[in-house]
Amino acid sequence: MNRTVLLWLVVGWIGVLILPWYVIEDGFWGLEWVLDGYPFDTDYGPTWAHLLEGEKVWLAPIPLFLLLPFLTGGRIKSDPLYSKILIVSGLGGLSYIVIQGFIVGIAGWEYTSLELLFGPLGQKQYGLGYGAILVSAAFLFFTTQGIAARGAVNGDVFVVSSIGFIVAIVGAFIFFPVSQILISALQDNEGVYSLGVFLEKFTDKKIWGLDCLYSTVGCGAAWNSLFLAITVGATTTALGLVFALVATRSGFKYRKVLRALTILPIITPPFVIGLSIILLFGLSGIMTQFFGDVFGIQPTRWVYGLPGIWIAQMLAYTPIAFLVMIGVVEGISPSMEEAAQTLRADRWKTFTTVSLPLMRPGLANAFLIGFIESMADFGNPLVLGGNFDVLSTEIFFAIVGAQNDQGMAAVLAFVLLCFTLTAFYAQRRWLGKKSYTTVTGKGDGGTHALLPNRLRWPIYTVAFSWTGFTIVVYCMILFGGFVNTWGLDHTFTFKHYITAFSVNWTDGGLQWTGAAWDSFWTTISIATISAPLTAAVGLLTAYILVRQTFTGKDLFEFGTMLSFAIPGTVIGVSYILAFNVPPIELTGTGAILVLCFVFRNMPVGVRAGVAAMSQLDKSLDEASLTLGANSWYTFRKIVLPLLRPAIIAALVYSFVRAMTAISAVIFLVSAEYDMATSYIIGRVENNDYGLAIAYCTVLIFVMLAAVLVFQGLVGERKMGRREPEKTITPASAKAI
Amino acid sequence: MGIKSKAASVTFDHVTKIYGEHVTAVDDVSFVVEAGKLVTLLGPSGCGKTTTLRMIAGLEMANTGRVLIGDQDVTILPATDRDVSMVFQSYALFPHMTVGENVAYGLNVSGMAKDEAKSRAEDGLKLVGLSGYGARLPSELSGGQQQRVAVARALVLEPQVLLFDEPLSNLDAKLRRQVREEIRDIQKNLGLTAVYVTHDQEEALAVSDRIIVMNNAVIAQEGTPRDLYEKPADLFVADFIGDANLVDVQIKSVSGELAEVEMASLQLSLPHRGLKSGAAHAAIRPESFLVSTDQSSEGISGTIGKAVYLGNHMEYLITTDLGDLFVVASDVVNTISPQTGVKVTLASHGVTLVGN
Ligand SMILES: Nc1ncnc2c1ncn2[C@@H]1O[C@H](COP(=O)(O)OP(=O)(O)O)[C@@H](O)[C@H]1O
Ligand SMILES: [Mg+2]
Repeated sequence: MNRTVLLWLVVGWIGVLILPWYVIEDGFWGLEWVLDGYPFDTDYGPTWAHLLEGEKVWLAPIPLFLLLPFLTGGRIKSDPLYSKILIVSGLGGLSYIVIQGFIVGIAGWEYTSLELLFGPLGQKQYGLGYGAILVSAAFLFFTTQGIAARGAVNGDVFVVSSIGFIVAIVGAFIFFPVSQILISALQDNEGVYSLGVFLEKFTDKKIWGLDCLYSTVGCGAAWNSLFLAITVGATTTALGLVFALVATRSGFKYRKVLRALTILPIITPPFVIGLSIILLFGLSGIMTQFFGDVFGIQPTRWVYGLPGIWIAQMLAYTPIAFLVMIGVVEGISPSMEEAAQTLRADRWKTFTTVSLPLMRPGLANAFLIGFIESMADFGNPLVLGGNFDVLSTEIFFAIVGAQNDQGMAAVLAFVLLCFTLTAFYAQRRWLGKKSYTTVTGKGDGGTHALLPNRLRWPIYTVAFSWTGFTIVVYCMILFGGFVNTWGLDHTFTFKHYITAFSVNWTDGGLQWTGAAWDSFWTTISIATISAPLTAAVGLLTAYILVRQTFTGKDLFEFGTMLSFAIPGTVIGVSYILAFNVPPIELTGTGAILVLCFVFRNMPVGVRAGVAAMSQLDKSLDEASLTLGANSWYTFRKIVLPLLRPAIIAALVYSFVRAMTAISAVIFLVSAEYDMATSYIIGRVENNDYGLAIAYCTVLIFVMLAAVLVFQGLVGERKMGRREPEKTITPASAKAI
Repeated sequence: MGIKSKAASVTFDHVTKIYGEHVTAVDDVSFVVEAGKLVTLLGPSGCGKTTTLRMIAGLEMANTGRVLIGDQDVTILPATDRDVSMVFQSYALFPHMTVGENVAYGLNVSGMAKDEAKSRAEDGLKLVGLSGYGARLPSELSGGQQQRVAVARALVLEPQVLLFDEPLSNLDAKLRRQVREEIRDIQKNLGLTAVYVTHDQEEALAVSDRIIVMNNAVIAQEGTPRDLYEKPADLFVADFIGDANLVDVQIKSVSGELAEVEMASLQLSLPHRGLKSGAAHAAIRPESFLVSTDQSSEGISGTIGKAVYLGNHMEYLITTDLGDLFVVASDVVNTISPQTGVKVTLASHGVTLVGN
């Protein structure tokens, strides 16, 4: 029998015979279930135990599907029956598991029509557990092996299986939950489908109202979000471009320092900036007091609302725009500009006719990222919003507020999703398939043209004032944690740090007595678990996208990149809607947080991988294949080692994003698994700024350390000194 | 312990490869490469040589037709499972592995013990004259040395078929000549079956047992180097191999092996090669012209358009009634200057009738 088939048969049968089929309330890894009535307890039993007791009879066909692959024994791959058996077993088993999962739920039949047809069921079932996961995986890989045996992708089992795996998880953890939003939006609170209810909620004045145009009442959240997102997208793109130009095309000596400084906000939870804006411009902010004392200006609440959110988001997202822009600006081959100059174009002409048009994809990407981040941002509007309602906070209050209206949250999330998907689509349309990459891999040794004079001074001015502002903001963050009460009592104190991070050394050993430790360790462990998973899924996807051709590849690419355009808030809501009930029950677990991060951050891993892999000559893989290695071996021994820089990028980025994320997390945390960011937001809501700021400072330093650790762990890529210096392909030159 | 050969033949049986929906890269091609021979695929860029080679390697799959290696039908067998190795144009040496690790890679993959793989790799390196270089990284070698590492890496697997895709195109002219001799020697000594892709006709003539000339996704002609040079099957082959001059002629009559041919004012007797009376073409090698400045002698009148001195020979462009002729003359002492009137006649060899 084929070894891979055998392997998955073993896995499948372990799932049926040994592991509990259903999810275990007290946690699988606690292993308490082993001594607590296993295997015949209804909560812990493996499939066969349920069936022996005459319960959950609908599980009976599953072992039968798992018997089928034994028939492949003795058959060779090219035998048509071999692939047919595997596909029937795999696809049949998988579909059966999914269907039974959806029609039998915690209250018996999920659909009243079935109840009418078959009578009441009298039994119920919970979410799928480890047994079900193993069996489903086995079925999935039987299917892919069957498809590969029919000759798909040159019969490559590893590649077909990878594609199948990614399609399955992206389907389960992105498309399925997001589709739940649509469904919920169309249901009333009793779960009955009703277009009327949808329309009523959709046309609510709170969403589309235009009162702000002619009265002092605020406009609808949709308009506010849209206006804010466009403004933030445009300003961050412009600032990002300015910094990229200073970093690459000015003779400025300390541009490296400038560059490092602009990275800082990336390792900062976004709302921290909102916090320090309050410390500066709030009612008791330093600037407010300063202007009050010196010029006698009455303190106002001007910063709460659009201006405050706008400044905070600009500070938070300009660095990302900068990173996108610098890839593109550096990626423009100097010989292009030199060619223009030899064709009699002066610096200004060169810049406007060659450099700037070549930056188009960077501009589009930077705008899109700023737009989506702003739309999704939850922390800053919460901290600084005042009466300026935006969609993301409205969604939150719809769920946790007094209203507890999931339908309304779904409708709002739907509107938000429509905005971001439209932007995503428009960007792809605008860029088209045209290639703007001018990196050739051949070191052409030129240097970038310097900025034309009439641009230089304006750009310097903007860059330096902005940098100065950033420094002030970070000083606020650093000092804010060490004063008693901001604005009132500026005496130096350690008390916030002690409240949050004290430890006690008693007879029983070390005791983590600080209030922040719980959420701190949860955050660290969840980020540590999800970072390598994100990198793995992302790089595998990138490998398939860059190196393999198969029918439906365009769709595959679109699907994997789509989650980038889905705001965290929407993901958060959709995960609650989708994973609160069987067949996949995850709310309140750590797993839901890990999954959320993996799929939120996957596009980052994909893009890092795609950019790096496009630089690896395909003949390296092919050489390995013709030398007899299969594609799995090639992936491990040739592709991965050469992708070290991309691995680091993916690891660092997903770790950092897991530590700083708030928009999706706020919906998914539970008492047991609280994350640092949601804990901090909680402190802010109680006006406990000192502790919040102290905690943030610690997080920033932890992330800084983590970046260095990852760098050390993965190591340098070993290659000789005469390796031609290849410029990094702009990660963003392709449409996202 | 040395490197042995398990040479096997390669058979293409009505193979077609279509990329996407419209690009037919290889169109109904059939040929056989006998075991132990070096066969070259020659043709202009884009004619389908690389695609053909990659189908032998298993890196592309034929849309229709069959591919056989030895007696085994490998049409749908992926590269991994074929006993074929390939030397890439870019060498494709793994930059993160040493030269030794590169050469031993295929051996390790096939599950050979580490020590044995290492000593075999050393044998392979010795064969290409690089013993002692095992510990270096590929980037620490010159282009020619990298090329030879790529050959060694392919050789040590003792493949049934060895493939080369323009292996010399990244080398300078002098090195190219040297390395191609080395490749040919190794192939002959070990009795390997090799398929060699190039667009350089001189290279093809120098190394091949047989040449397959491709044009526009089909085979234009196949044969020994001599066959192709002396008996081109059509205008394309005549033109592509040896820069022949193609001129219009009239076949007056055919008798026995020979045809009576009228070429401008000249009357010639040439092997008819199956052609009938009527309009035809003749392919004339540049070195088959005799040029005389004596206006009163026999021949086709012409005027020297260009004269280029190339050290060991002269190249002339001569304008005649037959059109512009490209002529190579070995006399570099008495050169003829442009605008001189000349008479052109033909030597006894290097003139061939060609159909359309
Ligand atoms: N992966 C591909 N996709 C589409 N067309 C291709 C691909 N590879 C080659 N072609 C086309 O097939 C034809 C033959 O290519 P190739 O075999 O590489 O030619 P050669 O090696 O003789 O220069 C060319 O027209 C080329 O454009
Ligand atoms: Mg080629």
